[in-house]
Amino acid sequence: MILLTKDEAYTLMKKVLAYSKADECEVNLSGTNSSNVRYARNAVSTSGTVSQYQLVVSSAFGKKSGIATINEFDDASLEKVVRRSEELAQLAPENPEYVSILGPQTYAEPVTYVQATAAITPKMRADAVAQSLQVAKDSKAVAAGFLEDNNGFSAMMNSKGLFAYNTSTNTNFSVTVRTEDSKGSGYATRGYNDVTRLNTKSATQIAAEKAVKSATAKAIEPGKYTVILEPAAAAVLLENIFFNMDARQADEGRSFLSKAGGTTRLGEKLVDERVTIYSDPLNPDLPTSTWNGDGRPQEKITWIEKGVIKNLTYSRYWAEKKGVKAIPGPDAAIMEGGTKTLEELIAGTKKGVLVTRLWYIRTVDPQSLLLTGLTRDGTFYIENGKIQYPIKNFRFNESPVIMLNNLEELGKVERTVSVESNVNYLLPPMKIRDFTFSSLSDAV
Amino acid sequence: MRRRDFVQLTGLGLGGLMLPLGANSNPVSLEALLDSPLLASQKKVLADVALNTAKGLGATYTDVRIGRYLNQFISTRENKVQNIVNTESFGVGVRVIAKGTWGFAATNDVTPDGIKKATERAVAIAKANSKFQKEPVKLAPVQGYGEVTWNTPIQKNSFEVPVSEKVDLLLRTNSGALKNGASFANSNLFQVNEQKYFASSDGSYIDQDVHRIWPTFTVSVIDRASGKFKSRDAMSAPMGMGYEYLVPKNEDKLSGPAGMVLYRNSYDIVEDASIAAKQAKEMITAKSVEPGKYDLVLEPNHLGLTIHESIGHPLELDRILGYEANYAGTSFASIDKLKSGTFNYGSKQINIFADKTQVGSLGAVGYDDEGVKCKRWDLIKDGILVNFEAIRDQVHILGQNESHGCCYAQSWNDVQFQRMPNVSLAPGKDPYSSEQMIKAVEKGIYIAGRGSYSIDQQRYNFQFGGTTFYEIKNGQITGMLNDVAYQSNTQEFWNSCVKVCDEKDYRMFGSFFDGKGQPSQVSAVSHGSSTSRFNAVNVINTGRTI
Repeated sequence: MILLTKDEAYTLMKKVLAYSKADECEVNLSGTNSSNVRYARNAVSTSGTVSQYQLVVSSAFGKKSGIATINEFDDASLEKVVRRSEELAQLAPENPEYVSILGPQTYAEPVTYVQATAAITPKMRADAVAQSLQVAKDSKAVAAGFLEDNNGFSAMMNSKGLFAYNTSTNTNFSVTVRTEDSKGSGYATRGYNDVTRLNTKSATQIAAEKAVKSATAKAIEPGKYTVILEPAAAAVLLENIFFNMDARQADEGRSFLSKAGGTTRLGEKLVDERVTIYSDPLNPDLPTSTWNGDGRPQEKITWIEKGVIKNLTYSRYWAEKKGVKAIPGPDAAIMEGGTKTLEELIAGTKKGVLVTRLWYIRTVDPQSLLLTGLTRDGTFYIENGKIQYPIKNFRFNESPVIMLNNLEELGKVERTVSVESNVNYLLPPMKIRDFTFSSLSDAV
Repeated sequence: MRRRDFVQLTGLGLGGLMLPLGANSNPVSLEALLDSPLLASQKKVLADVALNTAKGLGATYTDVRIGRYLNQFISTRENKVQNIVNTESFGVGVRVIAKGTWGFAATNDVTPDGIKKATERAVAIAKANSKFQKEPVKLAPVQGYGEVTWNTPIQKNSFEVPVSEKVDLLLRTNSGALKNGASFANSNLFQVNEQKYFASSDGSYIDQDVHRIWPTFTVSVIDRASGKFKSRDAMSAPMGMGYEYLVPKNEDKLSGPAGMVLYRNSYDIVEDASIAAKQAKEMITAKSVEPGKYDLVLEPNHLGLTIHESIGHPLELDRILGYEANYAGTSFASIDKLKSGTFNYGSKQINIFADKTQVGSLGAVGYDDEGVKCKRWDLIKDGILVNFEAIRDQVHILGQNESHGCCYAQSWNDVQFQRMPNVSLAPGKDPYSSEQMIKAVEKGIYIAGRGSYSIDQQRYNFQFGGTTFYEIKNGQITGMLNDVAYQSNTQEFWNSCVKVCDEKDYRMFGSFFDGKGQPSQVSAVSHGSSTSRFNAVNVINTGRTI
């Protein structure tokens, strides 16, 4: 499916707005092509492609609003979708929290689209999977994996003159390699906007190596350990901080950022001073859209600086009520790191546990952001700077806030993918002391 | 469950709950939800286009699903309606076997031409993928049923109830909570209608109308002075029912400990929210649990999730075989363990059955998404593992020649695959109430409702929280507890079960958005049980200060 250019999207959306009779009207238009190949037991199990356009029209009369959607683009359909959104708005109860749409905005030019990814062919996908399968076969192991790529555009226009347009591409790959006797398991995941950076062979080699090396794991006692979390393991913990930066929840007293006495932790030091976390839509290694779904610009924002909470996310309603800038939630996050490689972090560790990946993360207590979950696909005991032997998986109970206070060292930042949310991040591997493992698991 | 594929309904109260809107799901007007665009006879003509086209192209098997999927979601907080969303998704999915290999294609162009093209694509994909195939697909035989229908036995179609009536009920729910001391109240109502037409080259033309409903809320109490906050979620269960679930009947109410009210086949949401507010208030000052071994008395709306995670999932044959290894994981429950005929999954009290016909359950349908008539079968008998959950193309691996009928696709544009049926714990045969059970416990904890849950990828080690916790000392409930979670190992846990209450206590828990597969698909499933006792389970304290 061919994507609409900026001019084509502009012309189409102008036409839609011309049908509007509401006080306010906003139009979102998007088109995506996404394809995937799934494999298991060293063979392809399913593959598919979905292409679709979607036009969403929001109309408002005073504080009453309605939304309608359509995927046909002839004139009659365009008028129909506008009328339908207006009918729904007239029927809707008044929303006292409705905020008038934004006027024209200025956005930075996004860098999220890579032609090579948009041009990927079924043969390239099949070859990428074949390379991964070959590694598994050569290692006498069994692979299960998933490769997906997408390319698309999104555009937005409203009756106050706002217009935004963005194109993007993305590819995500993950693979689990298990030894034939199921005693060892390894995992690797990669995410890129540019598919030419994806090397399914080298990723599968890492997974296969972890599988072979993690077989015949020994049980060690649960307890508090120094851990080295690889970026994929850190991502699923830290994102629980990123997802809970909402100012309204904090102000209402129901967030880990709420404090006794009815105030919040905004402006306070919450974690180790080496922790700086920000988002930047123009970062070349992790580009994201330069505007969000309601038309607000996405800018470079520092969320935690030297351990201090610098910014919270706001809905436009809550920001207006509080008289502050309405900063939207970011599409990705970046944490500053150090200069050491993972191997150097291991070399500098007297006793510790190397964690490849964490799994089934759930919030146990939103007040302290206590999380539980398990290690998976490669957990190793480190002594005197060397990996000594594989160990059985652990269940942990730990808060990422406590964890970032127990920071020992940060390594070199790399791009990783959360297996829980599928969001991409730039994160360093991190050495943490007193990480709480509470029980053993027999799972491989 | 992948968050990217989901729209977050509200940031509040429903923290982890994401609302799935199918890829081709479009918001529509209220009236449109009650339209019936195609008659069964018209769908049969369209389905035959797929069946004939595929046959002509050399397919040895074809099924076609013409589906119309309707959803209505209403969300409110305090005295405000936050969102009313009506969605419709209509299209057709065609699955074929050609050259011994599966192929699938879908389109929302539900015309003879559109269906023909999709069928051609499905056959082409099957032929292209056949080079990766190690051995040809082998289907368990199924009878052709001719033209048949099945409908969820609802009394009141929730889509026909005026939105104003539903909004009013949710706002009264919030108001009931606020009057009883809640600081905040969020309530939501999810309604689903799947209008599914299935036809296959085996000679079945199956027209089904499936309904599901889930009313739920989160009530929060904030203690500004201490900075503490506590929440209590609804004790409702999502059900395979119509709006009648929200018309409370006294005979469906059970008295729980400490003034709790528990619900069976109808639900009093306003009453529950009022109780919830009082309980959330009590949680602010309740004592923190002393970690250690406790006898646990688990009520069905809690135990259902433990059944789901530690029995329902590990017994899925595709997972056992490794098809989910890269996402949901594999399973400790190997084919060898099943074949041994001696694997002690649980104590003698444990009788677990799968049942796709259970009235009121989320998984109930007449026929599954590959045209197999649904049934009930045993999974664990007197504690021994006796069967798995399998569909047509895998059941032969178990040496069985009849599918269990638990194949499902979340929409017409997703390929169907093995999903968990309703999996339930049979009630105890001797008369025994939850009051009697509590009286017999010396040192224990009574746990109601679902909470935090996590289990490893082979389903050995798990940790569960709950909604409310009460301490039991010498047969008496002595007060509420905070910071409770229990950790165990699946086999050890089910072997620690010493008693299951009788059928008077039996009721269903449900999971509305169970995720599996890549790309991820959701399905809805129920788990029935009676209150049960598990001895000497490890309880940890989850309280932390940051």
